[in-house]
Amino acid sequence: MCGIAGYFQINNRQQNDRQTLKRMIFPVRHRGPDDFGFFVGKTTGLAHARLSIIDLEGGRQPIANEDRTLWIIFNGEIFNYPELRAELLKKGHIFTTHSDTEVILHLYEEKGTDCLADLNGQFAIAIHDTKKQALFLARDRMGIRPLFYTHHNGSFYFASEVKSIFSAHHALPRQINQHVLSEIFTFWSPVGEKSIFSGIKQLLPGHFMEVTDSGIHEPQCYWSIPFCPDEPGKRSEQEYAAELRELLIDAVRIRLRADVPVGAYLSGGLDSSAITSLVKNYTNNPLKTFSVTFSDKVYDESAEQNEIKEYLGTDHNQIVCSYKDIAESFPEVILHTETPILRTAPVPLFLLSQLVHQNQYKVVLTGEGADEIMGGYDIFKEAKIRAFIHAQPNSIYRPQLLKRLYPYMALSPAKFVEFARKSFAADADTHDLFYAHRPRWKTTSGTHIFLSNQVLEQGKELVKGLDYMHNNLKGLDFFNRAQYLECKTLMANYLLSSQGDRMAMAHSVEGRFPFLDHRVVEFAGRIPTYYKMKALNEKNILKQAMEDILPPHIVRRKKQPYMAPDISSFFAEKEPDYLDYFLSPSLLNEAGLFKPKAVEKLLEKCRKKSRQGFRENMAFVGILSSQIVYEKMIKNFKLAT
Amino acid sequence: MSKMKTEIRAFIFENFLFDAEEDALQNDASFLEQGIIDSTGVLELVEWIEEEFGFTVGDEEIVPENFDSVNLLCDYLAQKTEKCLQPT
Repeated sequence: MCGIAGYFQINNRQQNDRQTLKRMIFPVRHRGPDDFGFFVGKTTGLAHARLSIIDLEGGRQPIANEDRTLWIIFNGEIFNYPELRAELLKKGHIFTTHSDTEVILHLYEEKGTDCLADLNGQFAIAIHDTKKQALFLARDRMGIRPLFYTHHNGSFYFASEVKSIFSAHHALPRQINQHVLSEIFTFWSPVGEKSIFSGIKQLLPGHFMEVTDSGIHEPQCYWSIPFCPDEPGKRSEQEYAAELRELLIDAVRIRLRADVPVGAYLSGGLDSSAITSLVKNYTNNPLKTFSVTFSDKVYDESAEQNEIKEYLGTDHNQIVCSYKDIAESFPEVILHTETPILRTAPVPLFLLSQLVHQNQYKVVLTGEGADEIMGGYDIFKEAKIRAFIHAQPNSIYRPQLLKRLYPYMALSPAKFVEFARKSFAADADTHDLFYAHRPRWKTTSGTHIFLSNQVLEQGKELVKGLDYMHNNLKGLDFFNRAQYLECKTLMANYLLSSQGDRMAMAHSVEGRFPFLDHRVVEFAGRIPTYYKMKALNEKNILKQAMEDILPPHIVRRKKQPYMAPDISSFFAEKEPDYLDYFLSPSLLNEAGLFKPKAVEKLLEKCRKKSRQGFRENMAFVGILSSQIVYEKMIKNFKLAT
Repeated sequence: MSKMKTEIRAFIFENFLFDAEEDALQNDASFLEQGIIDSTGVLELVEWIEEEFGFTVGDEEIVPENFDSVNLLCDYLAQKTEKCLQPT
């Protein structure tokens, strides 16, 4: 995995500016500490920080084609590159390396932007065409690898991380986008292409764009998550399970392609156990596994982890994460997320990638994505139960099913049925395109009482910002709509970024996600809803696909989503010194994002009692992380020299 | 406004509304519908009532009809404290 950065002079001014490239790539050296490479052309500059995984000796970037008219930098992996390379060789292309990067370049020569359809991988690509004086950018289908860009005074800048873009030029404006801040405090992540910084956009997953001397062309979508369930009765459950297993075996097999050893994360749940078991049963890869456990027993899954480790006989390594660890690492984590977060969950993953790095591993497989594509989250179950209640609103028995929700939570929102019925809006209209997500958004919006009036003014009609999804949601049942929304909002803009790419890359570790192989995702979209969640049995087809290679009780174990302690991390033991600074009235006033008095009262409440409800937990972590983003990325941003 | 209502409002402001204006809380407004309290906040309310008024709230009593607005909560507490004061 790597870091990329670069610029394009739209109005064709001579720049030849290697210094700009150095300033841009230096802040993301954690993404690629093994090597740096630069290309400086007439209108374009490309910079690359390399984490060498494939073709260790020959894979330096930028790489050029045969006549040096195309130059590429690339962050990611193309897992089917050997097959693509063989086809390109037959067509007469001449390779100078054995890297997957060069395969993309020749494929682009061959097919232009259509080359993206052939790539199975996770990537952010930049190709400069010296003949056309054009820049081509593309991002993988699911949004596993990040790609940000901006435009300022005739110059176009792009990079893997925002800190690179800010480092390009001291005059680049740095401001918090208050509308996006209110989106985060509603949906848990930004929606769409905007970032928390005004003027900085991300290229959306499954999109590409071109920049030429005539300007920035509108990004084009080349792939979108398809949810097209088969006709009922077309195939049996067993057939779906068998095909899923074959697809996953191949997704795992090609994700083990590397010239360095590949490990795996092991959480103790079904998804990572499934991946680890497939590696064990269908490949020769000697397996080293890694996990995080918590000193707070509420969050600890070490018993489950040890059990699966014993069963599969892996060489296992784990870290125990305390409240203090989370509090201590939090500011540094936010420097990597570069965006406010409402949960501390990324922090233990930051510490976990450090453990992987210490073990001299660069690549890990993870089970991320299974819950979204196979229907594992309680939000899907919740929607199903609500619809069940809605069908007979006067039933006194149906609401009892709400008790089946969130059993792993000490403070379950479903504990009291009548309150749950009301708070889950069990009388809502299932035809509402956002039916499944509205209760979550409403709960999260409770945090708005802390937002400043200015931010509240900017953050009106937030759900309208999701209108661009309407066409993709129409015609789907509420379950598939919920899955689509979860994939498009939370997965791409939070799970795969703040909790995924950023936490792994902070320690030069590459995560690989077999469940997000586009063939698996496309297949999952064809599984009928009633097979995905049979009654209230989540991930039914995945469980069937794995039942003979995992112990029965691991397959049947109820979903326990990965979580970490939030407010407790900062108040259960010694309060970190930095709280007084980041949450001081003066810095709060200066940033203008929150109401200082309300924050002060929240702090008082936290100091009195460390365990709080959802809203306070989300608000506290969100406010603190926003203030850190403001202080580190806006107020005191240090330009690399 | 009764002393009890004032106490309830003070608790809601201190723990859920923080520095909001007084008119942010109408006495008959649903806590859940208005987003004043989420389903986990209800447990904080229960905890406070048990500490403040010295009786145990039964699970079957934790329903919106008793807990979902200042007025409903006030009625419930009036009824309960009266019960608690009655000689057995």
